[in-house]
Amino acid sequence: MSSTDPKPSTAVLDHDKVADQATSYVAQFENTDTFVQSFQKFLHKYPIAAPSIVLLIAVFGFSLIVGDRFLSPFNLSLVLQQVTIIGVIGVAQTLIILTAGIDLSVGAIMVLASVVMGRMAIDYGFDAWLALLIGMSVGALAGFINGLLITRMKLPPFIATLGSWNVFFALNLWYSKSETIRSQDISTMAPLLQWLGETINVFGARLTYGSILMLAIFFVIWYALNWTPWGRHVYATGDDPAAAKLAGIRTDRILLSVYVLAGVVCAIGAWVLIGRIGSVSPQAGYTTNLDSITAVVIGGCSLFGGRGSIYGTLIGALVVGIFRNGLALAGVDVLWQEFTVGILIIVAVGVDQWIRRGTA
Amino acid sequence: MVAQYDKTPVIQTKGLVKRYGSVTAIDHADLELYPGEILAIIGDNGAGKSSLIKALSGALIPDGGEILLDGEPVHFTSPMEARALGIETVYQNLAVSPALNIADNLFLGREILKPGILGSVFRMLDKKEMEKRARDKMIELGLMTIQNISQAVESLSGGQRQGVAVARSALFGSKVVIMDEPTAALGVKESRRVLNLIKEVRDRGLPIILISHNMPHVFEVADRIHIHRLGKRAAVVTPQSHSMSDAVAIMTGAMEVDASTEAA
Repeated sequence: MSSTDPKPSTAVLDHDKVADQATSYVAQFENTDTFVQSFQKFLHKYPIAAPSIVLLIAVFGFSLIVGDRFLSPFNLSLVLQQVTIIGVIGVAQTLIILTAGIDLSVGAIMVLASVVMGRMAIDYGFDAWLALLIGMSVGALAGFINGLLITRMKLPPFIATLGSWNVFFALNLWYSKSETIRSQDISTMAPLLQWLGETINVFGARLTYGSILMLAIFFVIWYALNWTPWGRHVYATGDDPAAAKLAGIRTDRILLSVYVLAGVVCAIGAWVLIGRIGSVSPQAGYTTNLDSITAVVIGGCSLFGGRGSIYGTLIGALVVGIFRNGLALAGVDVLWQEFTVGILIIVAVGVDQWIRRGTA
Repeated sequence: MVAQYDKTPVIQTKGLVKRYGSVTAIDHADLELYPGEILAIIGDNGAGKSSLIKALSGALIPDGGEILLDGEPVHFTSPMEARALGIETVYQNLAVSPALNIADNLFLGREILKPGILGSVFRMLDKKEMEKRARDKMIELGLMTIQNISQAVESLSGGQRQGVAVARSALFGSKVVIMDEPTAALGVKESRRVLNLIKEVRDRGLPIILISHNMPHVFEVADRIHIHRLGKRAAVVTPQSHSMSDAVAIMTGAMEVDASTEAA
């Protein structure tokens, strides 16, 4: 022990002075990676690569099995329509998973907001824009409640949103009286609510305004996450909250803003939902919760927070859509479609763990 | 830059007190840091080093006494206020966000926005400017064995990560850099590089308060050594005037020194 060394201090210093003569590289790696290791590093550096490869293989595979019918602009635009809701809700889920949280209430917020929008416009006869605005506010409020539970009461996100999921779903059944608002009523009284379901023809592809809105949301959130201080703070908060706090980030505020924004995005999803199914049903979108998590996970976002790309979620949603569509066109039973999606989730998380191990 | 002991201390505490219930963590502690010096603070566990440092970095509000910055009394209620006045702290660990890149980490919480409407309305980051400043700082501090300023911090070694944290403090610290056990988690070679980096920062004009348990490191880089015992300064010695065993003796109470005898 140097601290009990009786010799004068200067002599004792020599013991690690020799380290100066050591090689100046703090860390040097022999580049002896095998192909597999290089691939692993590549996937780690570009988190969007793995889901993109799966998407390409799926498209290629199904075009071989099913043929031209699969690759037609009409069919591909149909896939895009089918993934629109999952895509929008997936954006909300991505934001939350980036902060190392999870939101089980996204689907319930969406349905609740759609019921509010429908009742405001039809039962109360409000202007459709006002009805949309009120629906968005309900989404924001729901997200705010989740955020408060997590930042103020320090509940784990899983538990907080498991609770609010049930609460929001019950409120939705109560407020809607478990009744569906019919499509005809909406189209006569508030056609704006269905507008996102209308299609425009682009080179034989039928794009809905909802799909275009979804792509716009992806772009806006991509910008916010990658080009604004807020986005950097979201990543830092999810990555290592203690380090983020030491850097002066108010992590609780960031979390709260993320949950509120996710609530608003869910409410936009409610508008898309009305466009997609035409009516307002308190029973719609029941599987959206888990589907959104599926899209995020297949898209390569880490459930531990701080890692992942918003576009990964778009690709993740497309992978699920392509598999469902391709298997259906190939005449495979629905239950095997579910089976395949389940396998995809497990493989995606397995690959994520493998990528992580390779660079630890 | 040579330490200037005839000048006003950059940071000074006079009779600082902090109590937790019946425990007195800081008991009328005095401390002076002069321009251009590295002042090491050593002390046994529980001597109150951390409380003293926290008071200086704004993480703790003292119950009594005063903190003077360039001779002016200051009162911090949060670390942000201390940082705004040019006091930067480098922590032993938890200093950086692994998934973010080097430039992002250097500017985390203090991002630069693009000029004009892009910055004011769209809150757009000026990534080019931040990367340029980050690269300049890393080169200035001789840290450019780190190849790519946009590589994730998790791909760096422990020493390089601490280098990023030191670079951040040097980039923003205009008065004082406080380093809390910067070499504790590092290997021998990495410690050496961080020590050289600390001297580099001092030579560029920023005085440093260094907290360390590693006596050889302290005796190598410190200009003066503040020995803390029982919540206050027991003595200030220099590596030339005292040996390590003397320092340990004072630290543990085996040797009594008149606290007023300034080694400077």
